[in-house]
Amino acid sequence: MKQFTIEPVAGADWQLADGVGIAFTNSALWMAVTALLVTLFVAGGMKRSLVPGRWQMAVETMTGFIDDLLEANVGKAGRKYVPYIFTLFMFILFGNLLGLVPLGLIPHMHAFTFTSHFTATGVLAIMSFSIVLIVGFWKHGFHFFSLFWPSNTPVFLALPISLIEVVSFMVRPFSLALRLFVAMMAGHVLLKVLASFVIAGGSAGAGLGVLVGVPSFVLMVAISALEILVAGIQAYVFALLTSLYINDAENLH
Amino acid sequence: MPQIQQMSEYLTSQVFWLLVFFGFTFVVVGLGMVPKILGTVEMRDNQIAGDLAAAQAARDAADAEEAAWRTRENANRAAAQGVIGEAKAKAAAATAAKLAETQTRLDARLAEAETAIAAARSSAMAEIEGVAADVARDIVARVAGANVEPAAAEAAVKEVMAHG
Repeated sequence: MKQFTIEPVAGADWQLADGVGIAFTNSALWMAVTALLVTLFVAGGMKRSLVPGRWQMAVETMTGFIDDLLEANVGKAGRKYVPYIFTLFMFILFGNLLGLVPLGLIPHMHAFTFTSHFTATGVLAIMSFSIVLIVGFWKHGFHFFSLFWPSNTPVFLALPISLIEVVSFMVRPFSLALRLFVAMMAGHVLLKVLASFVIAGGSAGAGLGVLVGVPSFVLMVAISALEILVAGIQAYVFALLTSLYINDAENLH
Repeated sequence: MPQIQQMSEYLTSQVFWLLVFFGFTFVVVGLGMVPKILGTVEMRDNQIAGDLAAAQAARDAADAEEAAWRTRENANRAAAQGVIGEAKAKAAAATAAKLAETQTRLDARLAEAETAIAAARSSAMAEIEGVAADVARDIVARVAGANVEPAAAEAAVKEVMAHG
């Protein structure tokens, strides 16, 4: 579990106010690296040439992907959310992928996945949820509460249905945050467990090393590939669900 | 699980720095760069759509041009066919007239020749009669010693020749 430990890198005693510590930790460092890489990646596609190069093509594919996602789920009104959803998607994607980079091979360096902390994913989820609430109440006022009463619901079902709807609505930020955090942490823990099998098998002797270590290592390779897929999928799911929730607020039935 | 054990210790730090770096990315990338990139894509799409429309228009114009050319060409061909037909008919008529004229001339010459032949034959016949009458007189004179009048001999020859 060492890989999930937060350690101050600089300014261990920095404080925003009395008792509000803002130490620059390894987690913050990787957020910074993520922000930098996302910026560099997108900036590389800013040539704005008519016939795009490879890099510009890659960046345009990403923006087009998010643009299409919002177009499909929210409609024309979804275009104004592209900057937010794109930032969200890229930030989570790069955060997830950076955690998988085998930096541990370099002495005294450790990769850190800030998306494996629910304090970080929680902030992202609360941001998305706040946007839904703000847009919903801004556009529809108190009529936004009709979200909890699906159309064509018989009156005698109105109370139980709206209770269920309220609960499912309020659970959204938690499910959003926990899904990403759990997926990231589970993958890393699984790799850690298999790695410990390799080490333990190897140190128990040649026979056990071949019997346990080799299959575990093969499995690690396969699961590493799976983790790269999961990194993309979880970023996509976060962006997709956020856009679906925004759709609820934007196009109230 | 450090996520829970360290939560109270680093919660504010996590929230603060995430907001800082996510906010930075949102402002610089999301608000600054993404609209420009989407604009570039849209500009390119518009350009492609415009080029395609221009190409389509040019193609339609070419098609219309070709159709007009075809109509003109067909008309020209029909006119040419008409001229050829006319020339053919004229030539045929001229040939027929020449043939008829030649035929008439040939017929006339044929008739002339036939008349000449008939005249020659009748004159030859007359000569033959004369010769025959002379011969008959000579024969009679030598055989019978009688002198026959030419007129009588001639009449006798004529009678014999008429009987064949």
